[in-house]
Amino acid sequence: MSQSNDAEPVYPAVNYLNADRGVWSWLTTVDHKRIGIMYLVSVLLAFLLGGIFAMLIRIEHLTPDPTIMSANTYNRMFTLHGVVMIFMFMIPAIPGVFGNFCLPLMLGAKDVAFPRLNLLSLYLYWSGAALALWGMISGGTDTGWTFYAPYSTTTPMTVFPVLLGVFVMGFSSIATGLNFIVTTHTLRAPGMTWMRVPLFVWAIYATSIIQVLATPVIGLTVLLVGIERIGGFGLFDATRGGDPVLFQHMFWFYSHPAVYIMVLPAMGVMSEIVGAFARKNVFGYKMIAYSSLGIAFVGFFAWGHHMFVSGQSVLDNGAFASISMLVGVFTAIKVFNWVATLYKGSISVKTPMVYACGFLFFLVFGGMTGIAVATVSLDVHWHDTYFVVAHFHFIMVGAVIMSFLMALHYWFPKMFGRMYNEGWGMVAASFIVLGFNATFIPQFLLGNAGMPRRYYMYPERFTALNVASTAGSSLLAFGFLIIVVYMSYALVRGPIAGSNPWDSRGYEWDTPSPPPKHNFDVTPVITVDPHSYQNPGEEVEHVIV
Amino acid sequence: MSSSDAHAAAGQHAHNPNLAHHFETIEKQDHAVRLGMWLFLGTEVLLFAGLFLGYTVYRHFYHHVFHECSRTLDLSLGTLNTIVLITSSFTVALGFHAIKQGKNKTCAALLAVTIVFALTFLAVKGVEYHHKFQEGALPGKWYHFAEIPDMHANLFYTVYFLTTGLHAFHVIVGMSILAWLMVRVIKGRYSASYYVPVELGGLYWHLVDLVWIFLFPLLYLI
Repeated sequence: MSQSNDAEPVYPAVNYLNADRGVWSWLTTVDHKRIGIMYLVSVLLAFLLGGIFAMLIRIEHLTPDPTIMSANTYNRMFTLHGVVMIFMFMIPAIPGVFGNFCLPLMLGAKDVAFPRLNLLSLYLYWSGAALALWGMISGGTDTGWTFYAPYSTTTPMTVFPVLLGVFVMGFSSIATGLNFIVTTHTLRAPGMTWMRVPLFVWAIYATSIIQVLATPVIGLTVLLVGIERIGGFGLFDATRGGDPVLFQHMFWFYSHPAVYIMVLPAMGVMSEIVGAFARKNVFGYKMIAYSSLGIAFVGFFAWGHHMFVSGQSVLDNGAFASISMLVGVFTAIKVFNWVATLYKGSISVKTPMVYACGFLFFLVFGGMTGIAVATVSLDVHWHDTYFVVAHFHFIMVGAVIMSFLMALHYWFPKMFGRMYNEGWGMVAASFIVLGFNATFIPQFLLGNAGMPRRYYMYPERFTALNVASTAGSSLLAFGFLIIVVYMSYALVRGPIAGSNPWDSRGYEWDTPSPPPKHNFDVTPVITVDPHSYQNPGEEVEHVIV
Repeated sequence: MSSSDAHAAAGQHAHNPNLAHHFETIEKQDHAVRLGMWLFLGTEVLLFAGLFLGYTVYRHFYHHVFHECSRTLDLSLGTLNTIVLITSSFTVALGFHAIKQGKNKTCAALLAVTIVFALTFLAVKGVEYHHKFQEGALPGKWYHFAEIPDMHANLFYTVYFLTTGLHAFHVIVGMSILAWLMVRVIKGRYSASYYVPVELGGLYWHLVDLVWIFLFPLLYLI
């Protein structure tokens, strides 16, 4: 099936994009690829929205005094930014879009195990997002995305619809995770043993375990906060005998593993990219696969590091700190393996590879500062300051967004059958990587100097660093703008990509681009290990069609 | 489950209308839907886990009050409900056994009996709730129970109503699923060769039962 490089690339006349026509055919589709595309559109809109709120926050901080908005609006802005970015963008971004699109293709399956549940998950996401956004527009929420009780149970703002929205989006996340786990177990093509499962699938599999096991807990937690607001039961109200720290435990039991829901798929993308652009077998395949499961596992027992200053016992603090550092061990295993893959590889510097370099730097830097804030004594100094903000943005924006962009550029030709402009891709990537550094490095310094997060105004002496951060964020925004322009152009008029423009050995590249509606005419049979670049001159032979 | 009858697949799979197009064999599909159901049951357990955690923490904080409040629940009605629910788990299991042997009528009858047990459970629970409403043994600000002054007793009743309320909701959902299955059993949609949905419905009902088996001792006995 694979075509040699010199053949003229072809755009298949009938593919999943045009096999059925009309909006209705999209809204009722059970095709995992179309659902992935609809997720893509949705999460990009969410990202735009969350990005606008972020820019407004940065503009507000240009001066120490009120700049463009009132204190109340500011509180609503950072809440909107957090809720939209976490629940509507980060959580569904890579699993919802690239998991949906690529996972069945990579496994040699015709679809996910439960196609209708997959569509339902998209509708749940839409309903939850609509509810949350409606709540935030109609009344506004000022609790931050963390909804800490008792503030969230007593504030006069509109919190209930947002909580309900998060609850509903949780079901979407569970449905997606459940679907992927079952798909990976039951729909692997013949010959695909567990040790031949592509690393992206391993990462999504580990992510799905967290989604399935952790999400019900936050579902219940936000429900309790909502009920508390209506009934005033005192569950989290110390004056009535309730325990606010109980809320924090329940909240972080989900929300800490949720960090790995966001970052594990990002690591999975990276594992695919390094091999493809260094033209080498991925070094330490097994270690990368197992460390994904390792992160998923220890991630469940690290939540207490969010409560070092909430009156937790010293023993608990020590235990949670040590376990949190284990995450660093598993992450380091991955980083060493990626670097070893790049070592002596014949690296082709394309846009995804540029983002991959950015990703490596941000992940290591963000990870190291993570080890730092997991140290109890240091955390007391940095807790609730911009240091923490900068740390998790290095992971969330630095690592995850770089990875999202890697995935977008890498799989764009597979999704739409056309290529983007490599030159403009490089320009945008430079803006984004530089802009990101300029935005968040000053925030480390601000936090270390004592600027607390979520404060509306700040002392005069923090002005210079805040201006630097805002300047950096506008570079970042400009980079995204360039992407929007050249990607929109590529969508309509980009050159035909052909089935495998990267000459990648990933199984998903063995179908035409864009793939036909049912992925494969005949079930493929996998005969070689994944990410196999051992004999780069040879035809890809692991699929019999 | 969701995909079992998704596409009465054209072409090579036309021989089995219950097989979705993306599965090669009915065995693979059965394996998938069973795995999916077990994972879903796992999420249900974790949903309740948060409430069990709340119970544990507040029982630890206010041990005495919780003990006193626990004594105000009607032990005989609680025991009756436990027996009703355990028996219903037995009847649903018998129903599954019947459909496996292709006895659709027996299966439908047993599912009907299970639904009657579920309704009995809800009725008894309703009577208990009614007592509590009359006494004023209610959550939060509505608490005005004369026998125990409100020194955190409201928290016990909050936990009581939340856990049993969420459980009752699951009873209603489970009952509706069983009713839907019963209709399809009567219509002959399931048979000795295709009975997985009945199995999954039964599994869900066992979970509903299982949660109660934990709630009963925690709320009524200790």
